[in-house]
Amino acid sequence: MISLNWVKDYVDIVDENLKDLAVKITKAGVNVEAVITKHIDNLVIGKVVKCLDHPDSDHLHLCMVDIGKETVQIVCGASNVREGIKVIVALPGCVLPGNFEIKAGKIRGQESNGMICALFELGLEEKNDETYAKGIEEVDDSVEVGSDANIYLGTDDTVYELDVHKHRNNDCYYHIGFAYEIASILNKKVTLPDDKFKELKDDVKDYIDLKVDTDKCPYYTCKMVKDVVIKESPEFIKQRLISAGMRPINNVVDISNYVMLEYGQPLHFFDKDKLGNKILVRNAKDKEEIVTLDGQQRVLCKDDIVITDGKKPVCIAGVMGGENTDVDDNTKNILIESAIFDAVSIRYTASKLNLKSEASIRYGKGLNYEYTDAALRRACHLLEKYADAKILSGIVKHDKVDKTEKVVSFKTEEINSLLGITLTNADCKTELARLGFDYKLVKGVFTVTIPRRRLDVDPNINDIAEEIGRLYGYHNLVSTLPMVPTRRGVYVGDVRIRKLISKRLRSLGLNETKTYTLTSPDMAKLFRYDNRECITLPNPMSMDKSVIRSSILPSLMNVYEYNKARHIDDILLYEISKTYDKDYHEDTKVAILMKGNYILNAWQGVKVKCDFYVLKGIIENLLNYLGFNNRYQFDKVSLPEMHPGICASISIDKEVVGMLGRVHPSYQKDEIYVAELSMTKLNEKQVRGIKFKEASKYPEIKKDLAFAIDKKTDAKTIINQIRKSGGKLLTDIEVFDLYEGENIDANEKSLAFSLTFADMSRTLSDEEVTKVFDTIIKDVETKLNAKLRNK
Amino acid sequence: MNNEEIIQSLNEKLTSINDNNALNELRAQYLGKKGIVTELSKQMGSLSPEEKKELGKKLNEIKTNVTEAIDNKKKEIDERELNAKLESENIDITLPGTNIPMGAPNILENIIEEVEEVFMSMGYDVVDGPEVEEDKYNFELLNIPKGHPARDAQDTFYIEDESILLRSQTSPVQARTMLKAGGNTPIRMICPGKTYRRDADDATHSHQFMQIEGLLVDKNISLSDLKGTFDVIAKKLFGDDIKTRFRPSYYQFTEPSVETDISCFVCKGEGCSLCKNTGWITVSGAGMVHPNVLRNCGYDPNIWSGFAFGFGAERLAMLKYGINDIRTFYQTDLRESKPFDRREV
Repeated sequence: MISLNWVKDYVDIVDENLKDLAVKITKAGVNVEAVITKHIDNLVIGKVVKCLDHPDSDHLHLCMVDIGKETVQIVCGASNVREGIKVIVALPGCVLPGNFEIKAGKIRGQESNGMICALFELGLEEKNDETYAKGIEEVDDSVEVGSDANIYLGTDDTVYELDVHKHRNNDCYYHIGFAYEIASILNKKVTLPDDKFKELKDDVKDYIDLKVDTDKCPYYTCKMVKDVVIKESPEFIKQRLISAGMRPINNVVDISNYVMLEYGQPLHFFDKDKLGNKILVRNAKDKEEIVTLDGQQRVLCKDDIVITDGKKPVCIAGVMGGENTDVDDNTKNILIESAIFDAVSIRYTASKLNLKSEASIRYGKGLNYEYTDAALRRACHLLEKYADAKILSGIVKHDKVDKTEKVVSFKTEEINSLLGITLTNADCKTELARLGFDYKLVKGVFTVTIPRRRLDVDPNINDIAEEIGRLYGYHNLVSTLPMVPTRRGVYVGDVRIRKLISKRLRSLGLNETKTYTLTSPDMAKLFRYDNRECITLPNPMSMDKSVIRSSILPSLMNVYEYNKARHIDDILLYEISKTYDKDYHEDTKVAILMKGNYILNAWQGVKVKCDFYVLKGIIENLLNYLGFNNRYQFDKVSLPEMHPGICASISIDKEVVGMLGRVHPSYQKDEIYVAELSMTKLNEKQVRGIKFKEASKYPEIKKDLAFAIDKKTDAKTIINQIRKSGGKLLTDIEVFDLYEGENIDANEKSLAFSLTFADMSRTLSDEEVTKVFDTIIKDVETKLNAKLRNK
Repeated sequence: MNNEEIIQSLNEKLTSINDNNALNELRAQYLGKKGIVTELSKQMGSLSPEEKKELGKKLNEIKTNVTEAIDNKKKEIDERELNAKLESENIDITLPGTNIPMGAPNILENIIEEVEEVFMSMGYDVVDGPEVEEDKYNFELLNIPKGHPARDAQDTFYIEDESILLRSQTSPVQARTMLKAGGNTPIRMICPGKTYRRDADDATHSHQFMQIEGLLVDKNISLSDLKGTFDVIAKKLFGDDIKTRFRPSYYQFTEPSVETDISCFVCKGEGCSLCKNTGWITVSGAGMVHPNVLRNCGYDPNIWSGFAFGFGAERLAMLKYGINDIRTFYQTDLRESKPFDRREV
């Protein structure tokens, strides 16, 4: 929160429309999220010059109120209204909170030209019995009649609420830094506040012995002040703190906050008498304890930084002071600490102790030692002025800070080529001057020294281009396209096969899903058919998202349940997603779930129900599409969560690449079929190119036959035997019937096949086909213990 | 009987015939072995050559006429029978068609494919990268060293302390792509992919979400080139009348960095609830590749420059299709996803 009244101290914005200014600032890169103005128009200070009872009321008064340029009659109901007091008057046209507009009119027959206001009516206090009983605000007699009441109330300020990007908190989240930003946008100069003060002869070095015994504190400075008087802060300090979102406490505490909001440098005030004569900054010891000034016992560890009095901790550096040395109403002598601590360490400690504060956030972003010094001087100045402090001479300092200047050299062309603009050297000079960056231009080369307050700007051309570009205005950039050769992009690696599979499965009627990679330990235990051990997150947000899945199927089951609950009967799903195991082995899987009808025309009674064979057909279709024809096979297996009789593994070149089957009815009683394939394994396999195979120009001969055979003998066994016996004249085998029941033994089934015979070079004779056909029958009968039923 | 008489009597008989069976009988009566015409030809034997010739000619004429009359009748009957058959086969074409199975893409994939199409046409390859990622690629090579505050903002799911994580952005694919390319070839790529951050799920937050990362590295590439490229994608996705703008922003791995806005397509810039009365909608973050990133990934920033951008796929889809709840994408309500089985031309 930035108070514009405050910013006015450092840069001239009197003539600016603050809403327009907010837009300019936003365009230049610091996002002003909201412009909050508390100002109430037509609100003046008046003096009640006459106060009579209303002739028609037992509690209303008729008041004559001097509002400077005239005296007006106002009807007022407050019990404390009386002759001679100064009051706040809302004149006709004034709109009070709640969109309540004041109008001139008559109240019980008497003219009333405004309203005398209580603070709760102005939205500055809560409305309750107490504030209601207090009645109208009685204004201090020193306030001028007819003056703008907003000044008296502190509501004449406008506040910007900023969304400052991470790197710019350093320079824009305090008023002087923000003033510099405005100054560069408006091309104006910044005036820094007064930091002069008188010093006593006493030197602080005689009162404090400083030792820093950690590399996490590169800069530590102290000054000491005596005989402070703790009291209320002056109005302007209180109002500005409120505007910036902080609560005023007393002059001393307020000054430390005020300086922090001015320079971005947090200060810590120790009660010098409680502290003693020694300061030792060091890393905390494991399990070291301190009671912080909020009364809480804190347990520290070696990663935290502490300020100690040589023995015990008196402050968690950059985070919160200790109760044992805090400033209270009786404090007389203060040791002011202005320091820089390791930003990472402060962020770590603040977040570990859950003690994020305005101060810790600032330490955590990093600080600039020039302002560490300036803030210390400014605090002395304000303490002298508003807390009657007497300042000791000298300064106690530990200084290991890196003072290397950030210098970068570049040519204007380099900036132009990065931004795609055409600045001249003169333009460049103007922009650098606006930014307040010192520069030299020698033989066409700029050498720029980046001011220390801009911790976010690194000495490279891109950073300078950004600074110039944002002031130049990105809206002024022209649109061009890169001068690169024309080509069409391609899907690379895994992406290509993923797209192929995805499009094929969609065209086969399956709907693509996307589910969460993180799952619960219980879900992760399901469908562990490939025995991969899952990764469990060490610090999950919640148990239900604590494991990285190794199979997509549990998630697809969830999608199934979700849709089933919405009365959708036919559910055909797939998902392609990366899965991982404990060794970080990545396996992109293709999961399929099918339930209900695959093809349906209900009124015609046409139905193809999802079953094992539909799913198998889809997988065969997919594998053929990918070029694996004649290389895959299905083998019966028993897998967790799968129906023991309806489940198969899928192998390519004898390597298992997936499985399919029906979900075990004890896990899910609905008839659901699932499959999962490893896309990673599919993609590792070489696939031959398409080769044309000429069809025979000579007539084919088709012959049918059926065998009665033991139920346990599977079709593949018979087909393999037929193929073996059929030799090269047998070109195709098709199963066209499966029959069990009447005329067949109870433990047998009848399987019927249609065989195709052909030769590429001649017409086959009946005799030779019959010969092969008879061999097939004989072999199947004898080797597989089958009986020929008919042919 | 002469010709005329035969034809006349035939025609009389034909008028009462209505089906092919009767017609076939009639055909036999005239042209069959014992038919009228055949019987006439039997007279030939007793005639002189001249008379034979005469009669032959006459018989041929009769035969032709009879055949023609019968064939015409057959045609007529066939046509009538076909028409009757067609009439009986009339169906109710308003009954519903058979449901040919056709799957819908996930809504996010739908928008991703559109974006891919635009960028592929501009020469960008579509690449992929791991989701369980090393800290090195997710942060360090991207100019986000350990302890950097940008890491706090991307509240990351770590798997092993400071070394292995679930990627919090698709940007590690930038680093991987550059390192693979070896520092001496130009790059044009996009990478759509899943990313993860420790956000509690609600209507606008998701611990899992998809980014579409893009990277171009070449010589003499400028921020204006990025603007022109962004114009192309914005217009393709949201229409030709869309205006674009850049606002300064901050990302650790780009410098200068911008946020890219499109003019609000609902209110055309007038101000509405979608654009929160600003007239503009932010759709991506982008910028010129930071010289440190180029250097870390083997490209000399004195020779090479480039830009990078990142779209939120959910945000694009929510804007384009008017979806209000980010969880929609991860639930797959088939009633909602079915309409996405189409292409917008």
